Amino acid sequence: MDSQVLERHGLTADEYRRIVDFLGREPNMTELGIFSVMWSEHCSYKSSRVHLRTLPTKGPQVLQGPGENAGAVDIGDGIAAVFKIESHNHPSFIEPYQGAATGVGGIIRDIFTMGARPIALLNSLRFGSLDQARIPRLLEGVVAGIGGYGNSIGIPTVGGEIAFEPSYAGNPLVNVFCLGVARHTDIIKGVASGVGNAVYYVGAKTGRDGIHGATMASAEFDDKSAEKRPAVQVGDPFMEKLLLEACLEVMQTDTLVGIQDMGAAGLTCSTTEMGSRGGAGIEIDVSLVPQRETGMTPYEIMLSESQERMLLVAKKGREAEVERIFEKWDLHASKIGVVTDDGMLRVKDKGVVVAEIPNRALTDEAPVYHRPMSEPEYLREVQTLDLDALERSPESVALQPRDALLALLASPTIASKRWVYHQYDYSVRTSTINEPGFGAGVVRVRGTDRALALSVDGNGRYCYLDPYRGAMLAVAEASRNVACAGAKPLGATNCLNFGNPERPGTMWQFAKAVEGIGAACRALNVPITGGNVSLYNETDGNAIYPTPVIGIVGLLEHADRVVGRRFQSSGDAIILLGEGRDELGGSEYLKVVHGLVRGVPPALDLEREAALQRLLVSLASDRLMRSAHDCSDGGLAVTLAECCFDTNGIGAEVEVGGGSRIAALFGESASRVVIAAASDDVTTVLERAAAANVPAHVIGETGGNRVRISVAGETAIDVSVDDAERVWSTAIEKYFAKRVA
Amino acid sequence: MRARVFVTLKPSVFDPQGKTIADALHSLGYAGVDDVRQGKYFELDLQTTEAATAKALAAEVADKLLANPVIESYRIEVD
Amino acid sequence: MKFAVITFPGSNCDQDAYHAAKDVLGQPAEYIWHKDSDLKGADVVVLPGGFAHGDYLRCGAMARFSPIMKEVQAFAAKGGPVIGICNGFQVLLEAGLLPGAMLRNRGLKFRCEHVHIRVEQTDTPFTAACRKGQVLRVPIAHGEGNYFAAPDVIARLEANRQVIFRYTTPDGRVADEANPNGSVAAIAGICNDARNVVGLMPHPERACEPILGSADGLAIFESVVQWIHKFSSATV
Repeated sequence: MDSQVLERHGLTADEYRRIVDFLGREPNMTELGIFSVMWSEHCSYKSSRVHLRTLPTKGPQVLQGPGENAGAVDIGDGIAAVFKIESHNHPSFIEPYQGAATGVGGIIRDIFTMGARPIALLNSLRFGSLDQARIPRLLEGVVAGIGGYGNSIGIPTVGGEIAFEPSYAGNPLVNVFCLGVARHTDIIKGVASGVGNAVYYVGAKTGRDGIHGATMASAEFDDKSAEKRPAVQVGDPFMEKLLLEACLEVMQTDTLVGIQDMGAAGLTCSTTEMGSRGGAGIEIDVSLVPQRETGMTPYEIMLSESQERMLLVAKKGREAEVERIFEKWDLHASKIGVVTDDGMLRVKDKGVVVAEIPNRALTDEAPVYHRPMSEPEYLREVQTLDLDALERSPESVALQPRDALLALLASPTIASKRWVYHQYDYSVRTSTINEPGFGAGVVRVRGTDRALALSVDGNGRYCYLDPYRGAMLAVAEASRNVACAGAKPLGATNCLNFGNPERPGTMWQFAKAVEGIGAACRALNVPITGGNVSLYNETDGNAIYPTPVIGIVGLLEHADRVVGRRFQSSGDAIILLGEGRDELGGSEYLKVVHGLVRGVPPALDLEREAALQRLLVSLASDRLMRSAHDCSDGGLAVTLAECCFDTNGIGAEVEVGGGSRIAALFGESASRVVIAAASDDVTTVLERAAAANVPAHVIGETGGNRVRISVAGETAIDVSVDDAERVWSTAIEKYFAKRVA
Repeated sequence: MRARVFVTLKPSVFDPQGKTIADALHSLGYAGVDDVRQGKYFELDLQTTEAATAKALAAEVADKLLANPVIESYRIEVD
Repeated sequence: MKFAVITFPGSNCDQDAYHAAKDVLGQPAEYIWHKDSDLKGADVVVLPGGFAHGDYLRCGAMARFSPIMKEVQAFAAKGGPVIGICNGFQVLLEAGLLPGAMLRNRGLKFRCEHVHIRVEQTDTPFTAACRKGQVLRVPIAHGEGNYFAAPDVIARLEANRQVIFRYTTPDGRVADEANPNGSVAAIAGICNDARNVVGLMPHPERACEPILGSADGLAIFESVVQWIHKFSSATV
């Protein structure tokens, strides 16, 4: 086989030899295409599988772990929360609106294909600095795409995170998370079994869009990336809404053996995966596949990534029912093949076999690589940070903490994202309890008293400085956010965004991050139920910061115990749970004020973090916390200010301990939460904290209309809530044109 | 035959999209562009081979569905 | 009495409207599919929000031709109460059951937030339990909510007291900054000549329970229940 052809297919010479071994002959072009997408990084996880295997995936609450279209945990009363996070990074760079929109479409399908009704969306976005050219347009397009799809299909976007770092300028990250609910007994898998059972195709017609989308996601960008524009698919949320309703209706009738959506690698991936899982084979005839373009070849049909298509296997004798339900929704379910027992993916065209491959060769026996790893050269040097020298520097001495706080509040990563989330419908389905932008997203589970709290978090900077600890901190932060809402974290999903795994330094970062995620998930009892890996996020050799993003789902037994992050009234006690240390490594302060990304991320004691989270859940359950906000970007000062925002002007006055003044105000020490409690409850709260071994100190009181923070007896910050809030709420809007009229 | 239907906002209707586009053109240096109005364009593939029939059918379709007479007007070309 | 919630392909607030009527208000409710030709003895018809037919071509442009709309027209002609919420309002406009049209929001972006609307008239089935001048806090979520009609039509609507809701500040003042989409005369909702068909862009069904942030929308549903019981009028 011509080496250029192999290269275009993203296959190495060695991989080609393996293909020949599997088949006992050379593959034809259609078969080569099928192997190329199934063995792409995106579909096979060939660089990451050995590491992902080390993650904790089990627990009494886990109903479905990794390996299916989404994961599921039990939330009581026979109900399951079904959820997953996925990336659509490369397409969003090429075509921001459609890349983001189809990312949303894809993750929604992953949820309803499991038999769950999707009830909430979150997203985690990362862009270059807003001051860089093209970045505002990129943000605008991605946000419009997410809103355009999610709003139309009627699933609320209830939260998320957005960060801005020059590192992501050429490689934006668009990670989308979806949550659905289903009765345990309604969960249906992506499996094909039962010889002779009919294989159906339903949804949009197949076109030439997206061919080799999977291979594009498995390669870096370079000058030729602009030519790849045709590979981006266009989403149709209306079609997906019809599919969603029709599929859920069909699933209620128990007529299906299995169902799977067609995502990356389209028809190829869904047929082989369903066959593999069922230990069966699938035979299809591409001439029966509904097509919207003429003259499509089997290669094109098998590789097309046209959106909004599902593959399903019907139980014998129930085909007419299946077809009827789809017709009601003006959808046509076309029978395109049958289940066999020979374990092969057999593709025919008008009855003639054009491709024949053992399913397992494409799935379980895809290459698994133990890529070389070595600690990157930049690491030791960048981890050094002389805090004392920093404090003595002229900038530090001249700097007023008040000005540093305002600069941090204006920093787009910290600033209010309201310009973004007001473009998302967050109240459709009448289940959203917490408005986005103020902590974990919370949705009630209709028909029960329960609610689910959701958060997606990551920190690329921390992981750049220490991928193991940075990844642990991401898990800790996501679960802490959920616990702050009063919910017990139950399960996690991960989206691992990294550079080129063929570089030993990147592979090392990946391995360390996965280790960190594993350690934290075990200690905090949040098993990984599924997720996604996105590699090759680099342009012209410049990789993004290693960025694992963690999504966590937590359970509130009683929806009315949910806790928000805003102060509720004046005269409440402000209590700091946890303890700060003199650490500024990797902090937003260091970057915004000193232009530095150095040091090591904050230390994390997982036992303490676990105790803190258990305490938060118990305090919320007994209505002892009026608000809870965890300390993260920008440290305690930013946290306190944020607690005052959108409260109609409730301020705060606090006193914190000694040590470095700057670290006390802006250090991002982990495992800390600022809570407000009614003065009558303070004693109880402190007793509970002591019993749980969680440090707790009353640091001040809510009231007035200013944010006043003293350190070691001296006023360090004194700013009006209005001034601080104005800076925070308008920072991002400034980058976008005012409304037209 | 093919009928082309051009649907535009009536002059009295404010067109924020058109205005935004005009502003963008101005900031790109196109001072000679006074105004922009954004509309919609439809191509209808019709079975008839008679121009008059095509035009009449297109007008009927435009009246019934393609244009909203409260805010839009249309014109038709046939070839 | 019974609520009928019409479901078009792409409606996505039908479950919310049904929930408000059935679970919150405790009234019988039924979904009616757009291809049906029978309102099944409903006393109130709700056209819910969403993206019927994907909002393709124009919002509501294709839904207005659904078979069920013939029944809705007949029901309205007999004086039956009909409420169109958001996309439902757009369908009523396209169907000619209400005058005017919707344009894209003047800010060109989809907007979801809580707004305040003032009740202008209380002699409609959907405002019968409200006070004139009462301010309700309800969410909006739309990209094409910019209400437009020719000046003479607007003049007639005002003269006829057909403007039912207006966007205002929390204390009930009409002000430009309180108008989320640029609607002429800050119009958030209107009724027909006969005052039995009401359309509004905000979502009262999303504001029926305190846990969701506001229960002000309940008054609109309570109004029609009250109105029906008061008049006990024959329906379809």
